[in-house]
Amino acid sequence: MSVRSQVLVCGGTGCTSSGSIKLIDEFENRIKEHGLENEVEIVKTGCFGLCALGPVVIVYPEGAFYSMVKVEDVAEIVEEHLLKGRIVQRLLYEESVHEGSDEIKSLNEVDFYKKQHRVALRNCGVINPEKIEEYIGRDGYRALNKALKEMTPQEIIDEIKNSGLRGRGGGGFPTGLKWQFAANSVDDQKYVCCNADEGDPGAFMDRSVLEGDPHAVIEAMTIAGYAIGSNQGYIYIRAEYPIAVQRLQIAINQAREYGLLGKNIFESGFDFDLEIRLGAGAFVCGEETALMTSIEGKRGEPRPRPPFPAVKGLFGKPTLLNNVETYANIPRIILEGADTFASIGTEKSKGTKVFALGGKIHNTGLVEVPMGTTLREIIEDIGGGIPNGKKFKAAQTGGPSGGCIPAELIDTPIDYDSLTAIGSMMGSGGLIVMDEDNCMVDIAKFFLEFTVDESCGKCTPCRIGTKRLLEILNKITDGNGTMEDLERLESLAEAIKAGSLCGLGQTAPNPVLSTLKYFRHEYEAHIVDKTCPAHVCKGVAKYEIDADKCKGCGLCAKQCPVGAISGEVKSPFSIDADKCIKCGACMDKCPFKAISK
Amino acid sequence: MAIPFKGTKEQEAKLMEVIAAHKDEKGATIPVLHEAQEIYGYLPIEVQTMIAEGLDVPLAEIYGIVTFYTQFSLNPKGQYPIGVCLGTACYVKGSGDILEKIKEILGIDVGECTDDGKFSLDATRCIGACGLAPVMTIGEHVYGRLTVDEVEDILKKY
Repeated sequence: MSVRSQVLVCGGTGCTSSGSIKLIDEFENRIKEHGLENEVEIVKTGCFGLCALGPVVIVYPEGAFYSMVKVEDVAEIVEEHLLKGRIVQRLLYEESVHEGSDEIKSLNEVDFYKKQHRVALRNCGVINPEKIEEYIGRDGYRALNKALKEMTPQEIIDEIKNSGLRGRGGGGFPTGLKWQFAANSVDDQKYVCCNADEGDPGAFMDRSVLEGDPHAVIEAMTIAGYAIGSNQGYIYIRAEYPIAVQRLQIAINQAREYGLLGKNIFESGFDFDLEIRLGAGAFVCGEETALMTSIEGKRGEPRPRPPFPAVKGLFGKPTLLNNVETYANIPRIILEGADTFASIGTEKSKGTKVFALGGKIHNTGLVEVPMGTTLREIIEDIGGGIPNGKKFKAAQTGGPSGGCIPAELIDTPIDYDSLTAIGSMMGSGGLIVMDEDNCMVDIAKFFLEFTVDESCGKCTPCRIGTKRLLEILNKITDGNGTMEDLERLESLAEAIKAGSLCGLGQTAPNPVLSTLKYFRHEYEAHIVDKTCPAHVCKGVAKYEIDADKCKGCGLCAKQCPVGAISGEVKSPFSIDADKCIKCGACMDKCPFKAISK
Repeated sequence: MAIPFKGTKEQEAKLMEVIAAHKDEKGATIPVLHEAQEIYGYLPIEVQTMIAEGLDVPLAEIYGIVTFYTQFSLNPKGQYPIGVCLGTACYVKGSGDILEKIKEILGIDVGECTDDGKFSLDATRCIGACGLAPVMTIGEHVYGRLTVDEVEDILKKY
């Protein structure tokens, strides 16, 4: 069937949450109504990346990029654009149109996409992830064919080694070496696992790959199985990602039907199959030994290494474990060769990295950039800067294991080593932007609350140490901190890093240490001046009434639950700081905005 | 407060089917618990006991797993479970204030259920809808780009 127009509707979690599935129904109805069903095809794709403007619809061949489309807009798009060929200007994403004319730019010219380089995300937002034919149409499973027919397992491993690919889950361990270790282990049974337990808050790279291009991961895991000598794989994925789980299951079923999973793949005599295992909401299960313990059906607690998983992993057998994004790069490396891949990026960090841009930034969404791109390029050029005219204060990478990068280091190139050198880390790819309204002590506290909650409790430094760190932070934000507390934070943090069993505890103090390093003055403001410079921490807030703005209506005094506000009607009121419990009720009620904190 | 267990024969038959289907699988416990929670909505001790016997695993081990993972719940959820995302992207955009507002309106804390069984409240981990931050979910419905002022009207719709 040849169609004259294609309507691509984003079916990623972001756009689905803002109603894209209803759009698809409406498009189907309207298109039928006008008898266009043989001329226009509707494609539900994975994430386009520009989640901030969702739901996103792209109509080809024109490439019209419609953003924030509502169900009510669909009739107009169908009647005007699809029926009469007149693009609906008012719905176009303004960046996608040439200034001063109505001409549409190609996506590569739009600021958001211009500096991106899509390798892992190459099919996301392009194909329908629920149709294996579309993946195959984009060179899908050709890498597997090449690997099985033309390459020996060792040649595959050498190719991965030469590509310089490093683990995209955060640690950055050379992927080829990992494969070599697993291949070198001798046993009657080995396993290939995929870590899709993306637990970092604010990170959704792996989810988007699985939602937008699940076959890439299946293909890569099958190649890995052949390379290390394994015929069984497990994908461990968060139960919080229902759409990804569903698409992955559809993809596995289709791959089995096509003989791309199962017995005798491509008549090569090689067997491989995959199973999905759902996580159940435990952050620590992103750690490799904990993840395998969880697949075994137990409490997901980590265990000491060595033995490493490549020697003794899942069910006591040699196991290869990589992250989703790492796998998504594999088919390209096999197909295009290690050199092509290694030509992207920096000397020690090859290829690209996907980031989930979030927080105080215009273009929240998913971006993939060559390693070595600076933070400034990501935030200003791709991300479109900070909204509401606010000032950039810091970017947080690496989630609860990472640190904050202050504004003065905005020109830092993003690669494994540069980030580690400034006290943060690559992490899995969450990149949260903060402006002057965010308190850095509060952010450190936020991450500590997370790790205290998620510490599995097996080892003491992490279980008790993180709790004590949090208590000191609470003391500071409540206005009861002393300067000695800062030293205590530092020495405790070092002890936790040195003494914890797994990566969770070893990195848990990083948010505290990095904010102490770059934003020590904010800690000191809480301790010495008893104020929160960003006006976030309630414990040190001081509520005051501006006598010039106050009209003396007395509403605030009526609202105050502890009778801390007094005054004469029609003359300025005042707050008794000793009685005030800093609830903020007066501020919410004041009709003249005369109360500040 | 313990709510009396009200499992039906149909639910039990379904659970037995699930256990039979997974019994010989390696690492079956967590998949079975997921499906049991689908059937009953939560995992009270009665259900855990049936699973322990069915899979021939000590009850203590089942209980240990159920309490380890946050997805498994020992208490029933409300008719409309509310989840406020406290992932970083939502947090820096003020989801903490939204959570406080809901607590204030409903008079319940995180992990609790209103007396009439209508709403239960959870602070969730990142649900990945960071582009819409701050986000809350009620049942399957996602409310994005929320402000504190909108919360009351949204809750009134239920």
